[in-house]
Amino acid sequence: MNQTYGVVAVSAAVVVTLVIGSTGLRISRTTSDFYVASRTVPPYLNAMAISGEYLSAASFLGIAGLVVAQGVEMLWFPVGYAAGYLVLLAFVAAPLRRSGAYTLPDFADVRLESRAARRVASVLVVGVGWLYLLPQLQGAGLTLGLVTGAPRWLGGALVAVVVALAVAAGGMRSITFVQAFQYCLKLTALLVPALFLVLAWHGDPHPGAALDEPPTFRRHTQVTVDDTVRLRIREPLRAVASGAVDGKRYDDERLALEPGVHEVRAGTALRFPPGAPVPARESGDGRGGGASSWAAPLSGGRDEHPLYTTYGLIFATFLGTMGLPHVLVRFYTNPDGRAARRTTVIVLALVGGFYLLPPLYGLLGRIYAPDLLLTGNTDAAVLVLPERLVGGAAGDLLGALIAAGACAAFLSTASGLTLSVAGVLSQDVLPSLGVRHFRLATLLAVAVPLTVSTAAGKLPVANAVGLAFAVAASSFCPLLVLGIWWRGLTAPGAIAGLLTGGGSALTAVALTIAGPFADGWLHTLLAWPAVWSVPLGFLTMVLVSLATRDRIPAGTDAAMARLHLPERPAGRGVPATRRGVTTR
Amino acid sequence: MTGLLLAAAVGALLFAAGLAAGRLLAHRAAQAGADLGTPVERATFQTLHTASAAAPPLRAGLTEDAARKAVRRLRPLFGPAALGLTAEDRLLAWDGPGRHHEEAALERVRHVLDTGRTQTFAVTCQVPDCPVRRGAAAPLTVDGRVLGALVVLGVEESASAVRATEEVARWVSVQLELADLDRTRTGLIEAEIRALRAQISPHFIYNSLAAIASFVRTDPERARELLLEFADFTRYSFRRHGDFTTLAEELRSIEQFLELVRARFGQRLEVTLQIAPEVLPVAVPFLCLQPLVENAVKHGLEESVERSRIGITARDEGALARIVIEDNGVGMEPDRLRRILRGADGSPAGTGLRNVDERLRQVYGDDHGLVIETGVGAGMKITMRIPKYRPGVRSAPPHTASR
Repeated sequence: MNQTYGVVAVSAAVVVTLVIGSTGLRISRTTSDFYVASRTVPPYLNAMAISGEYLSAASFLGIAGLVVAQGVEMLWFPVGYAAGYLVLLAFVAAPLRRSGAYTLPDFADVRLESRAARRVASVLVVGVGWLYLLPQLQGAGLTLGLVTGAPRWLGGALVAVVVALAVAAGGMRSITFVQAFQYCLKLTALLVPALFLVLAWHGDPHPGAALDEPPTFRRHTQVTVDDTVRLRIREPLRAVASGAVDGKRYDDERLALEPGVHEVRAGTALRFPPGAPVPARESGDGRGGGASSWAAPLSGGRDEHPLYTTYGLIFATFLGTMGLPHVLVRFYTNPDGRAARRTTVIVLALVGGFYLLPPLYGLLGRIYAPDLLLTGNTDAAVLVLPERLVGGAAGDLLGALIAAGACAAFLSTASGLTLSVAGVLSQDVLPSLGVRHFRLATLLAVAVPLTVSTAAGKLPVANAVGLAFAVAASSFCPLLVLGIWWRGLTAPGAIAGLLTGGGSALTAVALTIAGPFADGWLHTLLAWPAVWSVPLGFLTMVLVSLATRDRIPAGTDAAMARLHLPERPAGRGVPATRRGVTTR
Repeated sequence: MTGLLLAAAVGALLFAAGLAAGRLLAHRAAQAGADLGTPVERATFQTLHTASAAAPPLRAGLTEDAARKAVRRLRPLFGPAALGLTAEDRLLAWDGPGRHHEEAALERVRHVLDTGRTQTFAVTCQVPDCPVRRGAAAPLTVDGRVLGALVVLGVEESASAVRATEEVARWVSVQLELADLDRTRTGLIEAEIRALRAQISPHFIYNSLAAIASFVRTDPERARELLLEFADFTRYSFRRHGDFTTLAEELRSIEQFLELVRARFGQRLEVTLQIAPEVLPVAVPFLCLQPLVENAVKHGLEESVERSRIGITARDEGALARIVIEDNGVGMEPDRLRRILRGADGSPAGTGLRNVDERLRQVYGDDHGLVIETGVGAGMKITMRIPKYRPGVRSAPPHTASR
C-alpha cells in the first residue's frame, strides 16, 4: 500500500472532521432569521448522525475480516447490528425521547426516582463505553499501522490523543453535522472501491474457485509471519522459506511440508507458488480458518458450539443496540417522540444499506487475500483489497479512500463514546469533581481503554464489540424494556437486575479477555454471555420488583403517561408556524 | 479448568467474607472501644443517635414511606415492644409482633384522635405465644390539630413506657411540624417564582402599542402583522401552565419581542443568532431569556444612540446547553451589578436579571446561576449553562386551547 496516499487521506479525514466540528456551527447557523435558527434537526440528518456515530471500526473492518476467516456464519454480525434498531424502534425510541432523559442514568432517574439506580446505571454506562472504546482503539492501531507502518499501539494512542483533545476542547460542537459527514464518508469509502473491485473481479479470467473449497494462492505470494504460528497442512505443500520452520533454519531454500502441524517462527518469510492451498492457522486465539465449510452456516471450525454462539450473537446485537450510550444521547436531538421514531426508521435504512458492503469485501478477501488467513490479520482484508485487485495508482487511491473511511469510523465512534463516558463520569460517578472537571473525566475516559487495549493485545475487533453489546443487552435492555412497558418495576428490582445481568456479563467478558479458559463449554459460555445473561437480567428485575411491590415509585403513573402519550394531539404534528399564518 | 474456576470463586468468596468481617469488627470497635463516658451518657448518646437517624424520613411528612422508615429506626427505643404510626385512623406502618391487634389498637387511636390525649389500654389475646399485653397510644399534634397517633404495644404496663410513648410522640410531632414548615417554604418559593416569572414591563406594552398605532395609517398591513405579533407574545408571556418551556419556544417569543422593538427603533437594531439545533429541545425555565434580551435592548438602544448589536448563541456541550446573550451597549459597573444580583439595589432596573438568576439557582443549583461579564461602556455578556436533564424539569407542551 502506498504510504504517502494513505497518510494524506487519513490526515485529511482527521482535519476535515476537526474543522467541521469546530466551525460547522459558524458556517451553517449564523443568521439573523429566527425562523432559520429555530429549525430543529430534521430526522434524516439526525439519522445520518446516528448512523455515522454507530458504524464503528468493527463494522468497517471487523465484519469483512470475520467473514474472510470464518465464512457466511459471520453474516449474523451485520444482520444483528442493523436489526438492533428494529427492536429500538419498536420498544424504546419514542418513549425514551418523551421521557426527557438525556443519558441512560437520566432515564433510571425519571422512571424510578432513585439516586441509587442512577448510580448503578452510570457505572454500567462507563463500563459499556470503555468496552466499546477498546476495539475502536485497536482498529485505529491496525489501520494506521498498515497505512504508515507504525507499531500497533501507536495508532491507538494517536487516536486517543486526538479524540481526547477534540472532546476536551469542545471541538465537537456541531456534532450532528460532523457525524452526518462521517456517515457519508464511510459509505463513500466502502461503496466506491466496492464498485471498482466488483468490476475488476468480473473482468478476472479466473474468478476464484468455488467458495466452499479451501482457499488457494492465486499467484506467487510472499507471506511474512509476525508472530510464531502453528500451521495445519492437509496436503503436501511446497514453498520457499527464509527463517525457521519446525526448528530448522532455512535461508531462501525450498522446503516441502508433509500433512500435519508445523511451527513457523516469527519473522519467517514464506513464498508460495500459485495454486498452493493456504495453510490453516492453528493458534491459541482460536482464529482458525481454512475450514472446508466456509460457505455453509453452523459448521464453522472455530467453535465447538456454533449454534449456541450464533444465538449468543443474535441476543447481544439485537438487544444491545438500545444500551449503547453514544447512540441514545443522539435521540435527545429529536424534538419529540414521533421524530425519534421517524429517525430510527431512517437509521435502519441507512445502516442496513451500509451493511450490504462489508460481506462483499469479506467474499473478495477470501478469494484474493487468502494469505491473511495465515498471518491471522484478517481485519486488514478491507484495506489491502484494492491493491490486490485493482493495483497501480488507482488501487493506491482507492486504498487511501478506504483508509480515510476507516479513520472516520474509529474517530466518530470513539469521539461519541468518549463524550458520553466523560459526561457520565463527570456528572454521576465522580460528583466530587464538579462540573468543571469535565476535562479530567475526558482524560480518564480515554486512558482506561487505551491501557487495556495496549495490554490485552489482539482481541479480534468485531468480537470485542460483541462483548460490549452483550453487557449492554444484559443490563440496559431489561431496564429500558421493563421501565417503559411494565408498571411494576421498582428501584431495588432495577438495581438488582442491572447488577446481576450486567455484572455477570461483565465478569464473563473480563474472564474472556484475561483468558484463563481457552476452550470447552465454559469458554463458549463466557465468550457469548448474552444467551444466559439477558434472561438472567430480566428475571432478576422482575422477581425482585415483585418481591418489593410496596416500593413502586409514587410517580409511576405520571411517568408512564408521559412516556406513552404523544406530546400533542394527532393531526397537529406541525408546531406553530410563523406567526400570522395560523389565523387565516 | 474447572478447578481453576472453583479456586477463583472460593477466592472471591473469601475476599468478600474477609471484607465484611473487617468492616463489622471495625464498626464494633468504633462503637464500643471509643470509651464514651458513663453508661448514662452512652444511653443518652444512643437515644440521640436513634432520634437523629429517624428524623430525615419524617421531614417528608406523614407518608407511608416515611412512616415505615421512621418506625423501623425508632423501635429500638422501646425494646421488645411493637410500634405503629397512623395518619388519622389509617395505619401507615407497623414494626414488631402483634399485628393482629391492629383493629383493637385503631379503635383506641380513634379515641385518641377525638380527645387529643394519650390512652393506655389492656390487650386480651387468644393467640398462645403473643407477647402483647398492654398498649399505649399518643397523639401526634401539629399546630393544635391531631394528625395521627403513635401506638406502642408492650409486654407489661409501666409508667415509664407510657412516658416514653408520649415523649416520642411529641418528638415526632415536632418533626412533622418542621416538615409542614418545609412545605410552606417550598410553596412560598413557588408562589414567588410564579409571581416573578411573567413580568413584561408595562412600559413595553405601552411603547409597543404606541409604535403600532403609528403604522395604522401609513402601513396598515404592517400594523396588522405587528398586532398579531403582540397578541402572540402576550399570549405566551401570560400563559398559566407549566414552569418550563423549550429553548425553541423561548426563541420564538424573543423573535416576537424583537419584532415589536424593531417597530420602534427601525434598523438601529442588529441581531445575530447562532443556535446549535441540538439544543433546541432542551427544557428551560419559562421566560428565562426574554428578560435578558430586554435588558440587552435597553442597554443598547434606549441608553445610547448608536447602532445596537445583540448576539444570541446557544451551544451544545454534552450534558449541558450553554446560552450566551451579548450586547454592545452601555454596560454596567460591576459593583452595581453585584448589588443588583444580591437584591441590595433598590432600583427596578435589574429586577429582570436578578429574577432569572434566582430562578436558575433554585432549579439547577448554585453552579448554574448567570455568569455576567460587563464594564462601563464595554457591553454585557450573560452566560447561562442549562443541564439537558434535571429531575422534575420538563417542558410543558405548547398550549393551543386558547385558539
